[in-house]
Amino acid sequence: MATQPEILTKSFELGYTYTRSTGPLIGRFLTGLRERRIHGVRASDGRVIVPPAEYDPQTAAALDELVPVADTGTVTTWCWVCEPLAHHLLPHPFAFALVRLDGADVPLLHLVDAGDETAMRTGMRVRARWSDDPRGSITDIACFEPV
Amino acid sequence: MSDAREPVTGIEVPINLKYEFTAGAALARFLSSIREGRIVGQRCPGCSSVYVPPRGSCSRCGIATEEEVEVSDRGVIESFTIVHIPLPGNPVKPPFIAANILLDGTDMACLHLVSEVPTERVVVGMRVQAVWKPREEWGYTFENIAWFKPVEGA
Repeated sequence: MATQPEILTKSFELGYTYTRSTGPLIGRFLTGLRERRIHGVRASDGRVIVPPAEYDPQTAAALDELVPVADTGTVTTWCWVCEPLAHHLLPHPFAFALVRLDGADVPLLHLVDAGDETAMRTGMRVRARWSDDPRGSITDIACFEPV
Repeated sequence: MSDAREPVTGIEVPINLKYEFTAGAALARFLSSIREGRIVGQRCPGCSSVYVPPRGSCSRCGIATEEEVEVSDRGVIESFTIVHIPLPGNPVKPPFIAANILLDGTDMACLHLVSEVPTERVVVGMRVQAVWKPREEWGYTFENIAWFKPVEGA
């Protein structure tokens, strides 16, 4: 057996510079966000899905009927983040929440900037806070905030 | 609100993974050796295969490897590819040749660059030798070898 090896450590970053093409449906959804409008897609059973699904969950048929929904909604479940990490979009404590937008049947995962955990509750009403510089991304909705 | 911009057709979604890598015992010995300009692998006590860089175990026999073996900085090209597409963050500019090189005295190829040869002249089976960087640039890295080049006169 040789002598003890040195302990060698090194930090490194592995980066993937993905550019995704958004396709006809998600592209329209993102273009809408850039105009501060939120759209869902109507599924074969009549439900409105936000963000839009490209294919029907039941029949797998391609979907293309976009439906405008409100930028207000109801929190259906949430989780408080006490210590945000560097890559989170808010520097202070916030909630990850499922928000069912008015006019939609399926909730959307996003942030709720409620200030304090005691301000959060299931069933609370929230409204989108829009980015000052929307550019066609889900983060054009900066977060939701209590109404 | 209307928007005269083109519809959105694509999004940038980079993914950055931050690692804190600690070399295990076998790899740490390999890196300590290559810092001194020596290539040191390990021999399997079961099948006698020699691995460079060593992983601390034999993947064929499934047993730990401890015996250290210094090997040559010459070998043979086992396979290669000519890379034409630039990789973000990679200082090596295409076209370049990435090759699996079986060093003399080893039983598993290691990946490195091949240079100082026209790409159309590279063939499987070609004898190559390491081109070391200047000693003052050596560190704990296989990149102390800048690349491999054809063995002169081979």
